[in-house]
Amino acid sequence: MVVNCEEVWREISNYLDGDVDPTLRAAIDGHVRGCKRCAAVLDGTNNIVELYGDERMVEVPIGFSYRLRRRLEDNMPGSRRSFFGWMVAAVAAMVIAGGFEVARSSVFSRPQPRSEHAQLASGVPPDLMVVVYPEGKTFHVSTCPFILDKTHLRTIAAHDAESQGYVPCTRCMKKYLTANLDPPAPAGVNNDV
Amino acid sequence: MPEKPNLLENPAHEPSETELVQRVQDGEHDLFYELIQPYERRLYAAAFAILRNESDAEDVAQEAVLKAFRHIRQFRSEARFSTWLIQITVNEARMWRRKGHAHQIEPIDDRQDESGEYQPREFADWREVPSEALERSEVRRKLTEALASIGQIYREVFVLRDMQQLSIEETAKALDISPASVKTRLLRARLMLRELLAPGLGGGWSSKLSFEKGVKPW
Repeated sequence: MVVNCEEVWREISNYLDGDVDPTLRAAIDGHVRGCKRCAAVLDGTNNIVELYGDERMVEVPIGFSYRLRRRLEDNMPGSRRSFFGWMVAAVAAMVIAGGFEVARSSVFSRPQPRSEHAQLASGVPPDLMVVVYPEGKTFHVSTCPFILDKTHLRTIAAHDAESQGYVPCTRCMKKYLTANLDPPAPAGVNNDV
Repeated sequence: MPEKPNLLENPAHEPSETELVQRVQDGEHDLFYELIQPYERRLYAAAFAILRNESDAEDVAQEAVLKAFRHIRQFRSEARFSTWLIQITVNEARMWRRKGHAHQIEPIDDRQDESGEYQPREFADWREVPSEALERSEVRRKLTEALASIGQIYREVFVLRDMQQLSIEETAKALDISPASVKTRLLRARLMLRELLAPGLGGGWSSKLSFEKGVKPW
């Protein structure tokens, strides 16, 4: 059997895949041995298959695996990040926040004040940072001149101070007292902390 | 009935792919990533071959994985799991393109008559496989550009067959074409790529890429 160049080119792909019968394979081998052009085409085509078949040819974007895994986890049933999970978390957060607001607004939820003569606070921003000391009964701004024990001061949120029974200083926290009848705070007191 | 080993607590136990598939189908969803992880690069490559855009390819690969997860119970072991995954990815990529998401311009030769005879025009000699050349980003870039420049129908077949190592029949099934069409397109794709790359890889691009002529690699 003898094949010409066109027949070789037509069968090169099948030849490389081992998908030609032995007779045709022998004929192609014989032709290529004596034909530089077909040898070049055959060599080059084989190199193409080898190169593109190399795993190094596939370059994925940086972080591809991480993002894929995250996306998959987000869509897993029961995932904490799944839509359902987010909804449950959001509802739970609203319930907690609502409960917190109710608790804050209720006089029954207030802790026992450290001072039986204290005036209760009203409208203190819960995240306002104030200072307290262990034996004290009131919470202050850090610059208040009426702090008695400055060596054991600790800074906490006003909400925490209230929950621990501390009441507003009648001087530096005057504006947050429920019965605001005192004269203005002394000059130099910074209520903004 | 013997208790199934907990793979997450006992990584020393390496289950077969068949076992993993079965366990995910039975509800152990956490194992799904372990199942697809060996193929994630291939899924990206399949999507990229069709879309030729990194961002689109990543989105499609992710969508394909999610779809595979949602339909894992429909997978039957007659096919290879990797083939099933790639088939989903190809379908997703084609759908993505049809919906107009893809940022691409089709190559001029995409509508070439695939039944026509192909005549090699370039006979540059290129005998030795320069596998070390793949370490050079310049070479990888040239190969990627060449692949992107051939028509879509040829690129799809070439990627599935020569890069994803699917069989002719698997490629035909994944692309919903006949095995004869796969062979025709594959021949054309290989020859076109050879023609595009042989002059450069034979030494034309860089003096560092001058390969010695040697024994034929086959």
